[in-house]
Amino acid sequence: MAGRLIDKYMRGMYLPHKWCAGCGNGIILRDVIQAVDNLGLEKRDTIIVSGIGCSSRAVGYLDFDTIHTTHGRAIAFATGIKMARPDMKVIVLTGDGDAAAIGGNHLIHAARRNIDITVVVFNNNIYGMTGGQFSPTTPAGAYASTAPYGSIDPDFDIPALAKAAGATYTARGTAYHVLQTTKLIEAAILHEGFSVVECVSICPTYYGRRNRKGGAVEMMKWQRDNAVPVEQARKIPPAELEGKIVYGGLWRCERPEYTRQYEAIINSALPE
Amino acid sequence: MTERRRMLLQGNEAVVEGALAAGMRFFAGYPITPSTEIAERCALRLPQVGGRFIQMEDELAGIAAVIGASVVGVKAMTATSGPGFSLMQENIGYAALAEIPCVIVDVQRAGPSTGLPTSPSQGDYMQARWGTHGDHPVIVISPSSVQEAYIETIRSFNLSERLRVPVILLMDEIIGHLYEGIELPDADEVEILDRLTKDDPRQAELPYDIVPGELAPRMTPFGQGVFYNITGLIHDDRGFPTSSPEIADRQCRRIMKKIDLNSGQIGRYEELYMEDAGVCVVSFGGAARSAQAAVEAAHRDGYRVGFFRPVTVWPFPEEAFYEICGRVSDVIVAELNYGQMKLEAERIAAGRCRVRHIGKVDGTILGPEEIYKEIQEAAG
Ligand SMILES: Cc1ncc(C[n+]2csc(CCOP(=O)(O)OP(=O)(O)O)c2C)c(N)n1
Repeated sequence: MAGRLIDKYMRGMYLPHKWCAGCGNGIILRDVIQAVDNLGLEKRDTIIVSGIGCSSRAVGYLDFDTIHTTHGRAIAFATGIKMARPDMKVIVLTGDGDAAAIGGNHLIHAARRNIDITVVVFNNNIYGMTGGQFSPTTPAGAYASTAPYGSIDPDFDIPALAKAAGATYTARGTAYHVLQTTKLIEAAILHEGFSVVECVSICPTYYGRRNRKGGAVEMMKWQRDNAVPVEQARKIPPAELEGKIVYGGLWRCERPEYTRQYEAIINSALPE
Repeated sequence: MTERRRMLLQGNEAVVEGALAAGMRFFAGYPITPSTEIAERCALRLPQVGGRFIQMEDELAGIAAVIGASVVGVKAMTATSGPGFSLMQENIGYAALAEIPCVIVDVQRAGPSTGLPTSPSQGDYMQARWGTHGDHPVIVISPSSVQEAYIETIRSFNLSERLRVPVILLMDEIIGHLYEGIELPDADEVEILDRLTKDDPRQAELPYDIVPGELAPRMTPFGQGVFYNITGLIHDDRGFPTSSPEIADRQCRRIMKKIDLNSGQIGRYEELYMEDAGVCVVSFGGAARSAQAAVEAAHRDGYRVGFFRPVTVWPFPEEAFYEICGRVSDVIVAELNYGQMKLEAERIAAGRCRVRHIGKVDGTILGPEEIYKEIQEAAG
């Protein structure tokens, strides 16, 4: 099964990938590919866009039309692609810093427009590529190379941010919950509108080591033991969910999609 | 069909009409004076021709969306002024390295920083060439009339599509806001060039491989089933990142040579009274209007003065200007900045003639009489 996915969707000549041993990104990338395969998306109808960071390097391994852009700008590039070719499926693979720090403005405005793009955020709670500085999803109190005394910056809840800005589908998965995360990515791709799936990754190399979370195995076990399905979480008082990962489909609503609305503008502006 | 042959247009509007004639079908940008009329007219005009306009959240997003649209094969443009032009720089470098055609209009205003928001300036001359980091190719064109804004916008698209380089149309507040009657040439009178694409699918899988004898790789738009990677990292012929010194060297030199080896075709300039001139006034864009008036008046009054106006300001029309510097005693560079084109003139003159400078940085235009006085001094 895995062999088949690799042959069908990956650029074999560039494997093995560059991610560190124990990194969760490979699992999440597989979830993305599995979701594409389950949906039967045509490769030629799909464009995959990324920014800069460890997670954004994913596109190089994917045998699609792929564009690795600049730090933070993936969603803005994707917006131009989707506007110019509204018939294409556009998927953005990005990191927590890429999407929510330097690219935060593009995230919220794409959500506001409800443009039909699916954003998969590989959230490893740290800046991996540059060696472990804190990111907008590093929890307050955690250590990072630029937070040697512990971070005083509160963290973003990315799906909540996207929802508040107008995203019409949001979800959270984890590296551990492969089957569930794959389903969430599928649902996001199928959804017509701006969809965000935060996939909680693990970074034993920087986040794990600095915060004494153990190696990859311990971090995966932690995800298994501390992730709460959203249906269950809704019955638990918020205080008890402190420090847990609530996963599942978090939000969905229907709103007019941006490029469809623009088609209507073209139809009304075109001379008879 | 000649009913729209003559139009009264503002420079900014002429840019939009030229872009539409060139085939531009996507615009993304963020409003800023004195460029905003470009976005406004694109918002109105693009859907009328089946194109698309989007107002982005900032200029970082504007240029990013433009590159995105170009990647799927749509001719795309953005427009801005100083502060926004500064924000666009990183992705201009991306377009230069990944070789994605796009046109960026910078309608200059007085800076630095927020500066003098609606006042004329040519202070972005150097930034237009070297604004983004790293060695990179770029073409910069600066029109001096509304008619030229129209024609040179078309040429900007042609050069960008054929050479796969970002082209910067360096406007200024004077030409951007000037209204003039212009002639719209018939469709068959203007040459419209589209990017060359790869027909052979095996070659298309090597997106940065070059057909022998050509300067830029042909470009297959995304969505054709070819499947390749585009990146702002140094990359091999497949578009995959590499840190090989040989490939890095080859790539950097090749993209610079697209301009170096083609400067004859890219270069455009205008000369006036230069046959027997002893003094040469050099000016570009909006400032050239005053400079030309001063030269014409001085010429009428019997001074042996000529005029040299680069239209393509980067690369500077070096060969023609080199020859001029060998036969005049003085060159006067008249521009609305502290002395930016002067540096380029001095480099090319290399001490063979005197290079004088009139630069204005107060947000007002240069009057012909100021330049006339300098001509008298140089000739005297
Ligand atoms: C404009 C700009 N600023 C900074 C950087 C340096 N940089 C590269 S990746 C990165 C952080 C990436 O973090 P994240 O998005 O969380 O991705 P990760 O590497 O953790 O997957 C930074 C700061 C850059 N490439 N460009």
